[in-house]
Amino acid sequence: MSADWRPAASMEALKGRARLLDRLRAWMGAEGFLEVETPLLSRAGSPELHLDSLHVPGAFPDGAPGWLGTSPEFHLKRLLAAGAGSIYSVSRVFRAGEAGRLHNPEFTLVEWYRAGGAYPRLMSDIERLLTALLPSRLLAAAPERITYREAFMRHAGLDPFAAAAEDLRRRCGAEGGQDRDALLDRIAGFEVYPKLGQGRISLIHDFPASQASLARIRPGEPDVAERVEAIVGGVELVNGFVELVDAEEQRRRFEADRAARREQGRNCPELDERFLAALEAGLPACAGAAMGFDRLAMLALGLSSLAEVQAFPEDRA
Amino acid sequence: MANYSTNEFKSGLKIMLDGDPYAIVDNEFVKPGKGQAFNRVKVRNLKTGRVIDRTFKSGDSVEAADVHETDMQFLYSDGSFWHFMDPSNYEQYQADAAAMADAAKWLKGEEICRVTLYNGSPLAVEAPNTVELAITETDPGVRGDTSGGGNKPATLETGAVVRVPLFVNEGEVIKVNTRTAEYLSRA
Repeated sequence: MSADWRPAASMEALKGRARLLDRLRAWMGAEGFLEVETPLLSRAGSPELHLDSLHVPGAFPDGAPGWLGTSPEFHLKRLLAAGAGSIYSVSRVFRAGEAGRLHNPEFTLVEWYRAGGAYPRLMSDIERLLTALLPSRLLAAAPERITYREAFMRHAGLDPFAAAAEDLRRRCGAEGGQDRDALLDRIAGFEVYPKLGQGRISLIHDFPASQASLARIRPGEPDVAERVEAIVGGVELVNGFVELVDAEEQRRRFEADRAARREQGRNCPELDERFLAALEAGLPACAGAAMGFDRLAMLALGLSSLAEVQAFPEDRA
Repeated sequence: MANYSTNEFKSGLKIMLDGDPYAIVDNEFVKPGKGQAFNRVKVRNLKTGRVIDRTFKSGDSVEAADVHETDMQFLYSDGSFWHFMDPSNYEQYQADAAAMADAAKWLKGEEICRVTLYNGSPLAVEAPNTVELAITETDPGVRGDTSGGGNKPATLETGAVVRVPLFVNEGEVIKVNTRTAEYLSRA
């Protein structure tokens, strides 16, 4: 008989998680966000380079394949384009192959969009939400806002925009041949992020334009993506954008991601023409963010792995 | 030899790095933001025991090490090599002193040991968790003191020396934990 039929998380942790979700919904309601639901199973998917959707052959009644989505972003933006106003959703999302102390291939994502929101509002929403939900022992100091460049200068001693690729490669040790963003990701993941959010919320913002994902790019020297991540205790909790609303630019980014995925021999969801049509119809100016709820619960409950707040993580799902 | 993808990494997995066999001790999946994922592993060199850190891009693959563990019976030592037999097929193997390490001092013959084979040769040998061995030399105990507290060194028939209670005497057979080199009881 298998002993791992039991939940991985303690009942106490599951109760704490449920209470936290209640508080999150209360906060969202008080802030004027409408809760909406979106399909987990979609006809199209995200081609983002570093997020793998799960393919479900024959998922739909007409025999068409489906994708278990990496986020509800496209559906939520279709609602925004249809005039939904400020909205949020709490949904399960899927990211194939991600498993570890802070990853599970299926997890709960809280995603919200503030109609008319811009950079300052996006950052203050993230700070206020996390301050409302996390215990004060984790937030002894006031929130910190630090640019991607400042964070690298302070914690890795290099300028991520100016450093030569060769220097980045040397910094990362033997394995060469990685592209610039992969090298920066590696330095971010091992050197920079672990030092952020110590006793406070760190908002790291103004990412390299090449890491914009679905964020708007602010022209400058250099161009930066209006993208922000919140880190508490070295754990990345929230990723937010001032949203790209330009359909043509969005299509170009998707095509570039799809080409890169094909080159790497990875699966490649169909272009989401309904999402692109919504952008063409007009996505109102907005800012949005997504928060890993399992990680939030882990931090709030003083635990150190997602398995401690998930009833059935991947190894016993 | 087969390859392992980083997705298959878990502690205990045996992989080849820089021409040496390693066992994964710890595997950490790190993925910043929407960026590239990495696996950072702690690996133990199975020849030297040294533990090092290595980082792989997730999705990379690594050559599997031809390393497996099997139970074998210890037959005898000829002074330079220790000879073992796989009871399932009667094949014999010889382990050198480096592979034997600490295990040698607990074996007198016929014990079933866990032998790690690398490319078909013993790389490491683990003695049974407990062994029963006779005491060949120890000071006489002090009569009346049977309650413990004090102990004394005793040389066993294999040459190993362990601390034993004062009441245990030469010629007696005792049970020893080979992991901690501690006396457990009279056999």
